[in-house]
Amino acid sequence: MLILECPYCGVAAEETELAAGGEAHLTRFGPGSSDDDFETYMFMRENPKGVNFERWRHANGCGKWFHAARCTMTLEVFGTYSAQTYEPPADLIKAIKKKRPDWPGYGAHK
Amino acid sequence: MRRYSAFAIAREAARYHQGWERAWAAPEPKKKYDVIIVGAGGHGLATAFYLGKNFGITNVAIIEKGWLGGGNTGRNTTIIRSNYLQDPSAAIYEKARSLYETMSQDLNYNVMFSPRGVMMLAQTESEIRGYQRTAHANAYQGVSTEFISPQRVKELCPIMNIDGPRYPVLGALWQPRGGTARHDAVAWGYARACSDMGMDIIQKCEVTGVRSEGGKVVGVDTSKGAIDCNKLAVVVAGHSSDLAQMAGFRLPMESVALQALVSEPIKPCMDVVVMANTVHGYMSQSDKGEMVIGGGTDAFNNYTQRGSFHHIEETVRALVETFPMVSRLKMLRQWGGIVDVTGDRSPIITKTPVQNMFINAGWGTGGFKAIPGSGWAMAELVAKGEPGPLSAEFGMNRFIEGRFIDESVAAGVAH
Repeated sequence: MLILECPYCGVAAEETELAAGGEAHLTRFGPGSSDDDFETYMFMRENPKGVNFERWRHANGCGKWFHAARCTMTLEVFGTYSAQTYEPPADLIKAIKKKRPDWPGYGAHK
Repeated sequence: MRRYSAFAIAREAARYHQGWERAWAAPEPKKKYDVIIVGAGGHGLATAFYLGKNFGITNVAIIEKGWLGGGNTGRNTTIIRSNYLQDPSAAIYEKARSLYETMSQDLNYNVMFSPRGVMMLAQTESEIRGYQRTAHANAYQGVSTEFISPQRVKELCPIMNIDGPRYPVLGALWQPRGGTARHDAVAWGYARACSDMGMDIIQKCEVTGVRSEGGKVVGVDTSKGAIDCNKLAVVVAGHSSDLAQMAGFRLPMESVALQALVSEPIKPCMDVVVMANTVHGYMSQSDKGEMVIGGGTDAFNNYTQRGSFHHIEETVRALVETFPMVSRLKMLRQWGGIVDVTGDRSPIITKTPVQNMFINAGWGTGGFKAIPGSGWAMAELVAKGEPGPLSAEFGMNRFIEGRFIDESVAAGVAH
């Protein structure tokens, strides 16, 4: 059972309490942007094997959106952090690099 | 290759079964092939088979990182149907279903295709309207389906409780020529036929890189060394994004876990396939007597072939309401597969930004039923370099053009 700690209310919430919100830190494109940009924003996904940054919502709890860093190969959770950011916190990236030396780093394939 | 037949069984019975041959060879990779297919699951093997059968291309290697048919081909609930709403889907799934009808004869391998009928229950008012619409669409598409009454549902499947309490059965979309087949046998039958045509099936060989020169694919790096090719077909379901990344592009899809489970074997109690999309559950009885049960996918990205326990609970809870007798069953086994889900829940059969590299992916939660049709369409794409009529609508450009083949609404959860 996947357990994520909500960075807002501090509850260690299990999966049935949470709603998955897909890939995190997408660059948003709105009206007037090119077809390519809009396609990238709407449909293209990293879908990595390994370290993945994603959005979650503490749906059956405090209701807040937040971010999580997780490994899609082992289901290990590296940490959760606030939704009010454009990229993962530096200390979390450092901690992940320590655990996964082969990881190419945040945004390597973007 | 010695043909399988009643006579062959009698012959072998008379000589202590000493004469059975290996069904397919286990060669080491050659230096170069005309076509390399990555992924020896149903779709990859079917692609190879139709490359040989329809286009005479037999200098083909099928490379598999695990074992043949060990991915989603061996992990699904074996349901075959073609009652789709959108025309391009109905065309390719109906092609597949019709090829299943004669597959045992075509491959000389018993795939146990059993056209026992598939019903999709309507348990809400909107589902009634949705399935009536699908039945009308199917009439135009030449797919034989009908919308049937709750009484007819009860006649066809007496173990069902059609009165609720939460979701009474209000009708069903019934496809009498849908059914099931033995999933392993589909992979094995294709593998045997491909091997017989001289193709190399190379198992336990993982692709680690895609090599290209001047934007044109020239080969792959594998755990058994580099292998050259003129054309590369990637048919790897949940791992498609990974292969695309090796070749330097991205795909509009995400990989999630989908689970299934089977009960202990019991006496025959239902001879149709029932899908209940409102409550997320579907069930049929295998020839061994096990109740084969599937449900919805997890919501988060996952490559572990392990799903979340609460999905099993939700699936079984839903089925207990519609099939009260299921509550007494013990469950024997549970497993997961990694499915590749696209934005519109329809597959991608397309050329890629790398010349002579083709990809067939995104079958999501419903790939098994499509295997022969998918292989047929992919073989045409690989052989001619341009999509044929079956795959023309399944290009990747549909996402940029907003021309979706939107089955996510039509099929609800399970498709």
